[in-house]
Amino acid sequence: MTLEGKVPAGPLAEKWDRRQQEMKLISPANKGKFTILVVGTGLAGASAAATLGELGYRVEAFCFQDSPRRGHSIEAQGGINAAKNYPNDGDSIFRLFYDTIKGGDFRSREANVYRLAMLSNAIIDQCVAQGVPFARDYAGYLDNRSFGGAQVSRTFYARGQTGQQLLLGAYGALSRQVGAGTVRLHPRSEMLDLVGVEGEAKGIIVRDLVTGHITPYAGDAVCLCTGGYANVYYLSTNAMGSNVTAAYRAYKRGAFFANACFMQIHPTCIPASGDHQSKLTLMSESLRNDGRVWVPKTKGDRRNPAEIPEAERDYFLERRYPGFGNLAPRDIASRAAKKVCDEGRGAGPGGRGVYLDFADALGLLGEENIRGRYGNLFEMYEKITGENAYRQPMRIYPAPHYSMGGLWVDYNLESTIPGLFVLGEANFSDHGANRLGASALMQGLADGYFIIPRTIAHYLAQTTPGRVKADHPDFRKCGEEVNIQINSLLSVKGRKTATEFHRELGKIMWDLVGMERNEDGLRKALRLIPELRNEFWENVSIPGSGTGLNQELEKAGRVADFLELGELMALDALHREESCGGHFRSEHQMPDGEACRDDASCCYVAAWQFRGDDREPELHKEPLSFENIELSERCYK
Amino acid sequence: MNLNLYIWRQKGPDDQGRLVRYEARDITTEMSFLEMLDVVNEQLVKNAEEPIAFDHDCREGICGTCAQVINGVPHGPREKTTVCQLHMRHFSDGDSIYIEPLRARAFPVIKDLVVDRGALDRIIQSGGYISVHTGGVPDANTVLIPKDDAEAAMDAAECIGCGACAAACPNGSAMLFTASKVAHLALLPQGRVDAARRVCMMTETMREEGFGNCGNHYECQAVCPKGIKVHFIAKLNREFIKAQAKHLSGKSKKT
Repeated sequence: MTLEGKVPAGPLAEKWDRRQQEMKLISPANKGKFTILVVGTGLAGASAAATLGELGYRVEAFCFQDSPRRGHSIEAQGGINAAKNYPNDGDSIFRLFYDTIKGGDFRSREANVYRLAMLSNAIIDQCVAQGVPFARDYAGYLDNRSFGGAQVSRTFYARGQTGQQLLLGAYGALSRQVGAGTVRLHPRSEMLDLVGVEGEAKGIIVRDLVTGHITPYAGDAVCLCTGGYANVYYLSTNAMGSNVTAAYRAYKRGAFFANACFMQIHPTCIPASGDHQSKLTLMSESLRNDGRVWVPKTKGDRRNPAEIPEAERDYFLERRYPGFGNLAPRDIASRAAKKVCDEGRGAGPGGRGVYLDFADALGLLGEENIRGRYGNLFEMYEKITGENAYRQPMRIYPAPHYSMGGLWVDYNLESTIPGLFVLGEANFSDHGANRLGASALMQGLADGYFIIPRTIAHYLAQTTPGRVKADHPDFRKCGEEVNIQINSLLSVKGRKTATEFHRELGKIMWDLVGMERNEDGLRKALRLIPELRNEFWENVSIPGSGTGLNQELEKAGRVADFLELGELMALDALHREESCGGHFRSEHQMPDGEACRDDASCCYVAAWQFRGDDREPELHKEPLSFENIELSERCYK
Repeated sequence: MNLNLYIWRQKGPDDQGRLVRYEARDITTEMSFLEMLDVVNEQLVKNAEEPIAFDHDCREGICGTCAQVINGVPHGPREKTTVCQLHMRHFSDGDSIYIEPLRARAFPVIKDLVVDRGALDRIIQSGGYISVHTGGVPDANTVLIPKDDAEAAMDAAECIGCGACAAACPNGSAMLFTASKVAHLALLPQGRVDAARRVCMMTETMREEGFGNCGNHYECQAVCPKGIKVHFIAKLNREFIKAQAKHLSGKSKKT
């Protein structure tokens, strides 16, 4: 089949307006006849559920957390981009669009990214109206900061908790609809399967995590807003519960999975301190505004950082990328950090760390100003490491952070299954092979507040509301399959914990499908992952039963899906014979170690179709065409 | 280090529940408190015993999911620190540690250390927002907000909704939680329009959900992992009185 991106015709700046004109509407009197299932209540899910509820649809919103206010978006620290050009430093919609396309190493759809840049301004307006307390200057105007991959200041922020404040804004809007009765909330509920009826998405199977009941929910359309899959690496900056299960099960029901290997490894995270480590903590990219990244010039220099004189330090980002310096994009900064550590010049235990030093900024601006900008991040660093970053440099190291890949969607955010829409990090659409900082929040909210309300109406207008009920035989069949999987997990009664398997998978992924990949390593991963998966199904231990709260069962179900996804990621990484963004194949690099992209043969989206447990998935390619910008070497020097 | 843990085990809402002793062995100072519990749980699972159920997610102190009572104090002994950010370097070899769920009338226990905090969501649903639809709003810089007001609103908005305040309060009051949302929105010009309705609805829901009233013990402030101050409760009271006055004057005009 050919993948149809459904990008509207016409000039770039008019495409979204044209699409909105082409699309059908549903009259206010009829909206209440349609039920929409929204899975996930992070930024994308909460904003979508709230907005659809406001419009008058009946919305059922599901999240595995105990409250919709706790989606992983809440962890985003640094900020949200918008092309407001308030600082008058030369920003524009086109510049935000161009920076985002270039930041993604020219592997995303022009039209999608342009729409994102266009909607960015309305997001800020909306959030301010909701009471999001963005930072302001003394005149009362909104303040901006700089972020990686841009030479303008376009990032709006609320201290180091921008994601929290934006999510609480969306959660407020969602709560208002719950109060109004348009949205019904299902917390502590996990989607375990997608129900397709006659080829269209018409419902989901949900496990109530408190009672263990498996319940089918029918709807006229389904929106997956279930986030990313960085937890496939076991250690990542994602919340412990973040998982791929909903998206992966949709993939197994026919939704294509795109660019699975595009994973962002974030450069500024607190290094792991031992085997017990359960997750890694991000230190916001915004710190690189004022912090300088360095390592000793000499291999094996174990001196205290304060004792290393200026002349013996290598500010490697400033040296290699003078144009952007410490604000080089994430993929580039991460690889540069790995390189100096591989050379034996890393800092801290095991040599897996680089310094992020605030001494200059503290001298210039004073401790009070630095505290105002990053106080909570410095506090968090001290809680975790016991070190005071006002007195000594932070130690940081890259960690898996964000998945650019995800379920394939067209311009309307609809997957290859009609009626299944995918929003936010769960889709693949806007960030290409690398996401720029402060763009994830922008995308989640653009999808939820402004895009899905238009595009889902167009789909619904062509359907009959309430046509399928949850007593349809396809729901019963799907529910039975979910029960069978749960029972087979519980009946293994082996000797290893789900966490042990997860840790082993994470090690394979980090070593072989991590920051740098090569053919041998990927082939090895493709052998090791199925072996580990087989062992999992023979030897996992899950105490307790399927009724009632069973956190080990939840964990094991998610690990089971990660054990399949990891293989898909390795396969995708192996087939893509180029280096671009977060995907760096050591076979494809310039003499100076920079990524070597192959636009002649790799300028496409790789969308994988599931064909059964025993068969390799089928690859479909959506070619990417660039009509408004020229493909160029992605240079930050 | 090795530790003696006394952990609340309760099979379900109707079970009586009791403290059970566990040993945590070979714990290192770099571990977080939850990673210490992970070690205990890993051992239990290996022995095919049911692990201790506890809520947690971000492990960065921002999602508000984790909240346990450690040695009698919600979130444990460190100031402005969630359980997930509490590290074992603050404990010593041989310590006895008592771990219990948050206890408040409005937070029924689901299992072990897991409680139902849905009451907090219902308080927000009754009015903890600004009544704005998506779209059709003015440019973000149309309404200027003095920096001090924006900062004060942000101080209140930092609440993570963990519920420690209610569990620490002798009255089981969610006043600090409610006040932080009332104050956050009341301090902003956008939030003034429905300020009176908001404070009345939220305090009414708080009462209906079984939370007590504020008795000025300040235990909430002492345990709040985000350092939210009780002066926001004074702000809530002021907003409440203003709302009542408005209500009364509105009535008198009608009659």
